[in-house]
Amino acid sequence: MSLLELKDVSMEYNGKVKALEHINLSVERGDWVAIMGPSGSGKTTLMNIIGCMDTATGGSVVLDGVDITNAGRPELMRIRRDKIGMVFQQFHLIPYLTAVENVMVAQYYHSMPDREEAIAALARVGVAERADHLPSQLSGGEQQRVCIARALINYPVLILADEPTGNLDEANQNLVMQIFRELHEEGHTILTVTHSPEVGAAAERCVVIEHGHMKAQ
Amino acid sequence: MFWQMVKGALLRQKGRFVLIALTVALGVSLATAMLDVAFDVGSKVNKELKAYGANITVTPRGQKVLKDVYGVDNAVGHKEYLREDELGNIKTIFWTNNIVSFAPFLDSEWKGQNGEKIPVTGTWFNKNLKLPTDEVVTTGVGSMRSWWHVEGAWPDDEQEKNVLVGTKLAASMGISAGDTVTVHTAGGTSETLSVTGIVSGGGAEEDRIIAPLALVQRLEGLSGKVESVEVSAITTPENELARKAAANPKALSQHEYDIWYCTAYVGSIAYQIEEVIHDSAAHPVRQIAESEGKILDKTEHLMLLITVLSLLSSALGVSNLVSANVMERSRELGLLKALGASNLTVVLSVLAEIFAAGILGGIFGYFVGIGFAQIIGETVFGSGIAVNVYVIPIVAVLMTAVLLVGSVPAVRFLLSLQPAEVLHGR
Repeated sequence: MSLLELKDVSMEYNGKVKALEHINLSVERGDWVAIMGPSGSGKTTLMNIIGCMDTATGGSVVLDGVDITNAGRPELMRIRRDKIGMVFQQFHLIPYLTAVENVMVAQYYHSMPDREEAIAALARVGVAERADHLPSQLSGGEQQRVCIARALINYPVLILADEPTGNLDEANQNLVMQIFRELHEEGHTILTVTHSPEVGAAAERCVVIEHGHMKAQ
Repeated sequence: MFWQMVKGALLRQKGRFVLIALTVALGVSLATAMLDVAFDVGSKVNKELKAYGANITVTPRGQKVLKDVYGVDNAVGHKEYLREDELGNIKTIFWTNNIVSFAPFLDSEWKGQNGEKIPVTGTWFNKNLKLPTDEVVTTGVGSMRSWWHVEGAWPDDEQEKNVLVGTKLAASMGISAGDTVTVHTAGGTSETLSVTGIVSGGGAEEDRIIAPLALVQRLEGLSGKVESVEVSAITTPENELARKAAANPKALSQHEYDIWYCTAYVGSIAYQIEEVIHDSAAHPVRQIAESEGKILDKTEHLMLLITVLSLLSSALGVSNLVSANVMERSRELGLLKALGASNLTVVLSVLAEIFAAGILGGIFGYFVGIGFAQIIGETVFGSGIAVNVYVIPIVAVLMTAVLLVGSVPAVRFLLSLQPAEVLHGR
């Protein structure tokens, strides 16, 4: 059974604006899939539906055997917490918590904070020595690596990355992409949303969306 | 982790919370000052009003009956008196601390050198009175007639022949402070008295001799007796219950009676005085008592109104600041939800931050408020305001209400906050 199965997924806002129409997508465990498309194509809407932050208005979405199509907000919150790790373009680290505390926040809402495990996650992405620094004291590449460590800390079944290299210089882009390659080799399932052809090319499979429709896979 | 997050937010983003703390401090300081003043204003205003005289007069019971039934003050050939040795009991009643001062009176009429009639009043000036409890209190007209102006010196109660002479009488007799005056009683006794001072006050005292009580008692053969007692007491403004009791104390139920007895209404204090002085009738001087009550009521209402307004403005300020704070942090709070935080957890986290800032501001505001109260006390009453510990829980409850009410818009915003909207846009 696929890890993620989208069948005929549609999304309408206010019954008028059609953001997605008839999307079918299947992602197997260990896959690395890139979703590409121009601005306004519906990539982010698809990402929000897969990431349990929004619900589709049509079709069905099954994640890790759980049908999340009609799940309520508390149920979506639990699935998001237990099964998904999120990496954001703008990092979204809590500004008044140190790097390690930002990782521990995800542990706190999932189960129990464990500083040593959080430090190990930071070491995994090469920023352990910056554990006690605030986000404002970290470079963009370091912040993104902390964000990846936070996404990994609860052993998610799916890593969702929204433009993970969008705010990074070339050196840091390479660093982050190297981490994603390693994660893929370790068997993690990764879904990235990107404009970048380089990031798209790094994935095993590329899905292109235009005007809410899937154009190519 | 919860407290680590709260601590991190407070310590590493002080600026955001300092304004909330200051707004709460402002509201709490005004509330503390107004409540402390409101609690103490009763005794302060009461003490000020005591300068206008006694609010209870005590006379023999029989004399009251005659006055009530026949409209006469004295029956010819038969006059009742109160016992001087019982007067100390006035300071042993339930509301003893509310008795500011009291003084006995015994009137008579003597004759001067040329046979002219001289009214005389025997009283205590500033008598050191030993109570049945072995305590000693100083009481007398010295403290009750604060408007009397004495040219010279007040007599000593222990010096029986030292007297005050009213200013008009002194003028007619051509005497001044330091002179002596010889008087003759109806019984034929003559006495030479030392005039220590000339008294004026705009009343009957200007036409008479004010002598130590012991002297009048001795010369009139009324040892240990007094005609009346004036009592100055701090009282609670009268209400329906007090008026009902004044009309007929027996109409009260047991529960009403207990409340009335244990409240410092002028009527209940008078009632308690009657209980400790044999055959006495204590009459509240209601015009004074009611005026005092009205002034107190208005002053306390004003204080409470200012308290409510200051807390309302504080709640509005907190509401604006907290709402702005939460909107500014919407991405951060949306992230917490994206990471799996429930609405309740996020709301509790934000409330904990607000309450931590509010409590610090509240403690600071409380002490500033005590300072404000002292400034008000010194400026208005010329003395400090007593710090009332009951203000602390009241202010704590009011501050909690201000913070909760002020946080309502922010909490509503938090509950409707969707992570998809603030993290990715939708």
